[in-house]
Amino acid sequence: MGAEVVIEGLTKSFGKQAIWRDVTLNLPPGEVSVMLGPSGTGKSVFLKSMIGLLKPDKGKCEINGTDIVRCSERKLYETRKLFGVLFQDGALFGSMNLYDNVAFPLREHTKKSETEVRKIVLEKLELTGLSGAEDKLPGEISGGMRKRAGLARALVLDPEIILCDEPDSGLDPVRTAYLSQLLIDLNAQIDATILIVTHNINLARTVPDNIGMLFRKELVMFGPREVLLTSDEPVVEQFLNGRRLGPIGMSEEKDSAQMALEQEQADAGHHDGSTEDLRGIVPQLQPTPGLPERQGAIRRKDRVVQVLHTLPEPAREGIIASLTPEERRHYGIPEPAVTAGGRTQVQGNLPAGDVADLPGSPAWPSAEQSAPTQPLRPRRGGA
Amino acid sequence: MSSRSATVPGLGMLRETGKLFALGLDISRGLFQRPFQLREFIQQAWFIASVTILPTALVAIPFGAIISLQFGSLASQLGAESYTGAGSVLATVQQAAPLVTALLVAGAGGSAICADIGARTIREEIDAMEVLGVSAVQRLIVPRVLACMLVAVLLNGMVSVIGVLGGYFFNVVLQGGTPGAYLASFSALAQLPDLWVGEIKALIFGFLAAVVASYRGLNPPPGPKGVGDAVNQSVVITFLLLFVVNVVMTLIYLQLVPPKLG
Ligand SMILES: Nc1ncnc2c1ncn2[C@@H]1O[C@H](COP(=O)(O)OP(=O)(O)OP(=O)(O)O)[C@@H](O)[C@H]1O
Ligand SMILES: [Mg+2]
Repeated sequence: MGAEVVIEGLTKSFGKQAIWRDVTLNLPPGEVSVMLGPSGTGKSVFLKSMIGLLKPDKGKCEINGTDIVRCSERKLYETRKLFGVLFQDGALFGSMNLYDNVAFPLREHTKKSETEVRKIVLEKLELTGLSGAEDKLPGEISGGMRKRAGLARALVLDPEIILCDEPDSGLDPVRTAYLSQLLIDLNAQIDATILIVTHNINLARTVPDNIGMLFRKELVMFGPREVLLTSDEPVVEQFLNGRRLGPIGMSEEKDSAQMALEQEQADAGHHDGSTEDLRGIVPQLQPTPGLPERQGAIRRKDRVVQVLHTLPEPAREGIIASLTPEERRHYGIPEPAVTAGGRTQVQGNLPAGDVADLPGSPAWPSAEQSAPTQPLRPRRGGA
Repeated sequence: MSSRSATVPGLGMLRETGKLFALGLDISRGLFQRPFQLREFIQQAWFIASVTILPTALVAIPFGAIISLQFGSLASQLGAESYTGAGSVLATVQQAAPLVTALLVAGAGGSAICADIGARTIREEIDAMEVLGVSAVQRLIVPRVLACMLVAVLLNGMVSVIGVLGGYFFNVVLQGGTPGAYLASFSALAQLPDLWVGEIKALIFGFLAAVVASYRGLNPPPGPKGVGDAVNQSVVITFLLLFVVNVVMTLIYLQLVPPKLG
C-alpha cells in the first residue's frame, strides 16, 4: 500500500514574500490527487517542501509517520527513497545519457547486477515510449521526451509516493492522454500514492480521486474530486473553465476596477476566453482492462461514503450516482430519487430534459433507471 | 537577500559565512563516509590537473626569477651574496609556491567546479539527486574537494621545483652568482619543515578553494546569469580568503618552528 501523507498547518515564505500559509491536507494511501492553481501560487514550492528540499516555516508533513520538516538528515534520506519525483523540467543529469539517468537510482540504492538493471531500465523506457533513445544525452532530446525520461527515472525504484510537477506541460494532448492512463495503470499495479500538479483541466477532471486548489496563498479546497468539480466557488469555476472573468487575473490577483471592466466587456458580448462549462462530474479513468482493480479506489469508496453527509449537495449526489446498486445496498444508501450522473454539463439554455444523454457508460448504470430530468445544478450567471 | 538582513548591517554576511562553515563541516564529515566515489574523484583530479598544470608551470618560472633577482640584488647590496640561494629558495618554497598554486587552483580549478555545480543547481539536478536519496555533498562535492586538494599538493611540488630551478638559472647565469655558493647556502638556511609547511599550506588552500567554489555553486543567485556571478564571486572570495589564511599560517609557522640560524 502506498504511503500516507498528512500535512498540517504548513506555511512557507521566502523572506517577506509569503507563498502559502496553513495548508492542511491528507493524501490517503494509494489514491491519486491533483493540485490545481494559477501559475506562481507556489505549487512547485509545495512539492519541494513535501520532500524536504525547501524548509517550511511552520507546520508538519508526515510521511508514514515521519515528520519531514523536523526529522534527522539520515531519516530524511531514508524517507526520500519512498518518493518518485518528476520535476517540472525533468531534471535529468546532463552529463549522463538517458540509460544511465534511469539506471542511476538502481545503481545507487540496490545491489542488482547490471543485467537486472538493464532489464528494468529498458522496461521503464519502453513504458514511457522512449525505447531506442537510451544513448541520447538530455541535451539532445525534446522537452516532452525529457519529461518522460524524468518519469521513467522516478518510477524505477517502485516508489510508494509519486509526485509529478506538471507531467503534461510540453506534451501533446495524445501523449498526455497516454500519460494519464500510465499513471492510473501504475497506481493499479503498485498502489502508490500519487500527487499531480497540473494546469490541464482534462487531466484534472478524469484522473484523480481528490482535487485541491491553491489560490491567494491558501489552499482553497481539497477533497474528493466530486466536490471541486461541482463547486460554486468563483475561483474554481473560473479556473476550470479557463475564462478571464473572475477573481484570477494575469498577475495573481485582480482589483475590483479591472473586474468590473471585464464584466462590462463580457456583458457587451466580448469573448471571455472560455468555451463551455466544464464543471460537473465526468467518469473517472479506469485501469487498462486486464489490470487489477485500484485498491486505492476501493478504499476511497469506504472513506467517502463515511463523510458523505458532510459534503455539499451536488457532490453527494454525484458520488451516490457513481455507486453501483449493489454498492448502495452494501453501504445502506437509498436509491437516489433524481440523478444526473453520467452527464457532463453542456452550455446552453435547453430545457434540462432535452439535453442529450451521453452514451451510457458502465460506471453509471442508474442513469437510465431513474428519469434524468435535471442537470446537477443550474448554470450560474449568463457569462 | 539583502532586504531581509537590512535591519542589522553585516548580518547577511555572517549568515553566509555560517552556511559556508556548515558546508565545510559537512564536507569534512563526508570525507570519511563510505562509499567513496572513486571514479568521480579520479575524473575530477584529472580534469583539474589538466586545466591547471600548464598555466602553473608558465607562472612558476617568472615567479622564481623575480624572487631570485630581487633577493640576489638585495643580498649583494648587503654583502650577503652567499645567502642568495638559500633566501630565494625559502621564499619560493614557503610563500611563492603555495600562493601560485592557490591562485591557479582557485582561478582555474575552483571556477570550473563552481560553474559545473552551479549549472547543475539551476537545472534542478542537485535537487533531483537529493530526492533520489543520494547526498549531493557526498556524491559530487567530496570527490571534487579531495581532487582539488590532491592537485594543489602536486602543483605545489611542481612549482617549488620549477621555481628553484628558475631561481638557480637566473642567479647563476644572469647575476653571476657561483653555482657552488648557491647550492651550499641551500642547506645553511633551508630545512625540511619549510617544504612541509609549503605542502600543508597547499593542501589547505586546495580545500578552501574547493569548498568556496562548491558553496557558491550550490547557492547561486537565481537564473543563468546567477551562475556567472557565482563563479566570479567564488574566485574573488577564495583569493581574499587564501591571502588571509596564508598570513595566519605563516605567523603560526614562524612561532612554532625555530629558524635554523638562531
Ligand atoms: N528559491 C526561491 N527563492 C525565492 N522565491 C522563490 C523560490 N522559488 C520560488 N519562489 C517564488 O515562489 C512563488 C511560487 O513559485 P512556484 O514555482 O512554486 O510556482 P508554481 O505554482 O509552481 O507556478 P507554475 O505553475 O508556473 O509552475 C513564485 O512567486 C516564485 O517567485
Ligand atoms: Mg511550478
